[in-house]
Amino acid sequence: MNSRSIILFLSFFLFLGIQVTILRNLTLFDVAFCFIYIGFILFLPIETNRLILLILAFIIGFVVDLFYDSIGIHAASAVLLAFIRPYWINVLTPQGGYDIGASPTLKQMNFFWFASFALPLILIHHIAIFYIEGGSSLFFFTLVKVFASTIFTYVVLVLVQLLSRR
Amino acid sequence: MQRLFKFIYQYRSFFTFITLEILCFFLIIQNNRFQSASFFNSTNFVSASILNLTTDIQDYFYLDEVNQRLAEENARLQKLIEDQAIVDSTAIKIDSVYQFKFITARVINNATKWQNNSLTIDKGLMDGIEREMGVLGSGGVVGKVRYASNRYGVLTSLLHSKFTVSSRIKNKVELCTTEWDGVDPGYVQIRFVPRHHVIEIGDSVLTSGYNAIFPKDIPIGVITDINISPEETFYSITAKLVNDFSTLSYVHVVVNRFKIEKDSIESLIISNE
Repeated sequence: MNSRSIILFLSFFLFLGIQVTILRNLTLFDVAFCFIYIGFILFLPIETNRLILLILAFIIGFVVDLFYDSIGIHAASAVLLAFIRPYWINVLTPQGGYDIGASPTLKQMNFFWFASFALPLILIHHIAIFYIEGGSSLFFFTLVKVFASTIFTYVVLVLVQLLSRR
Repeated sequence: MQRLFKFIYQYRSFFTFITLEILCFFLIIQNNRFQSASFFNSTNFVSASILNLTTDIQDYFYLDEVNQRLAEENARLQKLIEDQAIVDSTAIKIDSVYQFKFITARVINNATKWQNNSLTIDKGLMDGIEREMGVLGSGGVVGKVRYASNRYGVLTSLLHSKFTVSSRIKNKVELCTTEWDGVDPGYVQIRFVPRHHVIEIGDSVLTSGYNAIFPKDIPIGVITDINISPEETFYSITAKLVNDFSTLSYVHVVVNRFKIEKDSIESLIISNE
């Protein structure tokens, strides 16, 4: 194991730990949830093997589900996110391509690139979570939850990156 | 054959994606079939211990409120005992008093903001808790047990889209149904009250006693809003819950000693017909 995989390994437990101990009980204005654990999937290196990406997403979603008593919901959404991520990264390729070993983070990309990378992916993930959980019976109320949570999660993910020294 | 394998290999990430999603939806559907709770839930040892620990810490911030509520509940029960003593103590009364036993448990995981909310408690099979038992909070109905492991249990909250309680409106309606529409965790909806009844804002909603999991006359809520349009058969009623679900910390699991007897005699009649 090199230092990079050790950091990834630690960040897995860090994201998961913060999610299930602190953010599990945090809902702003009754509608804004924060699912910071998807940061782990988003920040993996760009050329990560797609199979590994899918399996890691399944594992982290499954563990989060165990704490939320919602088995399958977070796992399904996280796997969907991990499936779309490589295609979206291809679409967003800047002129001259990505550097070798780059990660899609604020430090290595600019702010606008990160916003256009993360916001749609977070939105898709949250749409999946809330509509699988509640069905479409309260369509607009659920939509409010989706957008509020997307903004909340995005802001927290940006803050996490600004605060971390990596 | 070789071309098939080549094809699968070429699109391996897509096929992995499909397989994982099918697995997830299989788990979701299995969990949603209400009667059969999934085996994978927060009662496993590791997650329950972590939930227990975080609740230990959080509880310190709510000690005041919890004490307040326990004191209120004590006062209410004290009054109930005195009322009981004044009325009478016939054999029938004693029977009904002993029909239900209560097990106190602590809530270690709570949710109110989803459309299908669950709670986790720190009592399980080893403490005598089984599936389908009713659960009461200090103010009234909380939910019922969906799954119990040896030391922990998962409850289906009253704030769950598929949970209904057979209920009645005090002195007015003998049978109606309480359910939650998924929007405000402080309010529930009362269904199937026919329009010939006269009801008022402020009437209290209680459990009916027609099911085997809740004792009769446990409070659920107080009516705050009544609506009926000319062409409808039933009122649409909103009631404010007695329990504040977001700060639940201790609950009582109802053990009905006559449940097996009731169920077996009812199934006998159904099978004879």
